[in-house]
Amino acid sequence: MTRKHDMQMIKKIAALAALMLIAACSNNNNNSNEPPSASTSVAPGSIGDFRQNVGDRVYFDTDMSSIREDGRATLARQAEWLKKYTNYPITIEGKCDERGTREYNLALGERRANAARQYLVAQGIPASRIKTISYGKERPEVVGSDEGSWARNRVAITALE
Amino acid sequence: MMIPHRRTVLLGAASAVLAAPAARAQLTIDMTKPSFEPVPIAIVDFQGDAIGAQMATVIRNNLQNSGLFRSIPPASFIEHNLGASAQPRFPDWRQIGASGVVVGSVTSSGGSLKVDFRLWDVIAGAQATGLSFTSQAANWRRLSHIISDAIYKRVTGEDGYFDTRVAYVSETGPLNNRVKRIAIMDQDGANNRYITDGATIAITPRFSPTLQEIVYMAFGENKGPPRVYLQNVDSGRRELMGNFPGMSFAPRFSPDGSRIAMSLSQDGRTNLYEMDVRGRSQRRLTNSSAIDTSPCYSNDGSQIVFNSDRGGSQQLYVMPSGGGGERRISFGDGRYATPVWSPRGDYIAFTKIGSAGFGIGIMRPDGSGERLLANGFLVEGPTWAPNGRVLMFFRQDRGGGVGLAAIDVTGRFERRVPTPTDASDPAWSPLIPQ
Repeated sequence: MTRKHDMQMIKKIAALAALMLIAACSNNNNNSNEPPSASTSVAPGSIGDFRQNVGDRVYFDTDMSSIREDGRATLARQAEWLKKYTNYPITIEGKCDERGTREYNLALGERRANAARQYLVAQGIPASRIKTISYGKERPEVVGSDEGSWARNRVAITALE
Repeated sequence: MMIPHRRTVLLGAASAVLAAPAARAQLTIDMTKPSFEPVPIAIVDFQGDAIGAQMATVIRNNLQNSGLFRSIPPASFIEHNLGASAQPRFPDWRQIGASGVVVGSVTSSGGSLKVDFRLWDVIAGAQATGLSFTSQAANWRRLSHIISDAIYKRVTGEDGYFDTRVAYVSETGPLNNRVKRIAIMDQDGANNRYITDGATIAITPRFSPTLQEIVYMAFGENKGPPRVYLQNVDSGRRELMGNFPGMSFAPRFSPDGSRIAMSLSQDGRTNLYEMDVRGRSQRRLTNSSAIDTSPCYSNDGSQIVFNSDRGGSQQLYVMPSGGGGERRISFGDGRYATPVWSPRGDYIAFTKIGSAGFGIGIMRPDGSGERLLANGFLVEGPTWAPNGRVLMFFRQDRGGGVGLAAIDVTGRFERRVPTPTDASDPAWSPLIPQ
């Protein structure tokens, strides 16, 4: 094997390792980030289809509003689906865990909802189609005072009417 | 009628030496001292009408809850049926360790009450203060609070805070779908009533200086964005404040009630705005790409303190109330939030979020002298009593309910404030105009 081949092999292995790392990250985060295996019980193009087979939510790190790698994958699937089914008005709901103050968390939830919205707009969804609303820490998705619950409450949910 | 304070204090000290073998507490207290004993005080049921006993109960609770007084149980009183017109038998009161004795007489006729009250300095053997008033019988609780304030002022030298109200968020229902509505009660928990109907989440109530109006944030129906509303407390009439495109929240009155500062969020940015309450003109106060929120005016209205994450994490900043020239004042470990300027002007209270948990603290307006008063899994949202000596805030246990608590600025006495439901976000009113 030539030195050049060695380098290419190392690059390939490195790329593969990076992919595995990303996959591991996704799996470490909450299961609902991953689209569950395609279900036959929901009609394609229905809200149930969107929730179950696309994934309606992306999660955030503590006090952060940047879209994580796993969130990008979810939002890319959302954009693809929303471009196919154009009749749904969209509201992105931003939420926070209970480990912040009430007013700041309202603003942080808005920032999270807006980050998800910007991502969908960049993927070609018309901005006029997407509203945002923040619930701050007023409407948690999950009740619980532990890291697992907090992680699931740091969320932007793409809700279809 | 009233003996000057200084003279009473001197006489009191001298009498204690002459008359009492054991050291006795004076009928005066310096609450700024690092340590002091609560003043033992006997409050006799007011004579002349059945309401008199209830008035005495209200006064006992007020003074005891302040942490500055120890209310002596009436069961240990030696002299009974003491009204406002007779001089107490001082040895009887010295024997049970009282420094002061409060007496009163009530006459009711045709729906009105005439109340005379006196505070006697037991050690000096002299009257310390006294008041006389006539009012509608329905006002008996308010009269009791006004009397409590008079006693507090005579003993501490500072204005009291008992004739006040508290607005707060009443919370009911499951934790992931709570009904949150604005309620108002007297500072001791009496006369609780609801100001919003609970159809949508309403939070962060704040009083106008006259107590006639409150300003708060409520979500709209059908996922309408949160907006700021001004509501008349008595008529219930409410108006939208500001015609902003995005979410508006975190409102607070200027001390003179003419302006409201609030936050507006749009496109992921949250900035501060100010609005004239009457003219409805609005102007922008900050222009950052960060989160600027929880604005609060200084006691003289010339400055605004707020929290911002413009430097990377939530910290406190002070600027002139017209905007511009923001400067950071918090530099400790952790995040700082919900700053509130004391009505005395001497401190800013805040919520601190550290790795170990939440704290309620105070610092001077220049950021010096930071001191934490209370801490826990979640403590948040301090509000000042009008005399700047006590803070109320809310406390949530891990995974549990949430309720109101009060603590004095020395951090000595924390107590739970009773509410009919779970409660958060207290806002302490100014003294009720008399």
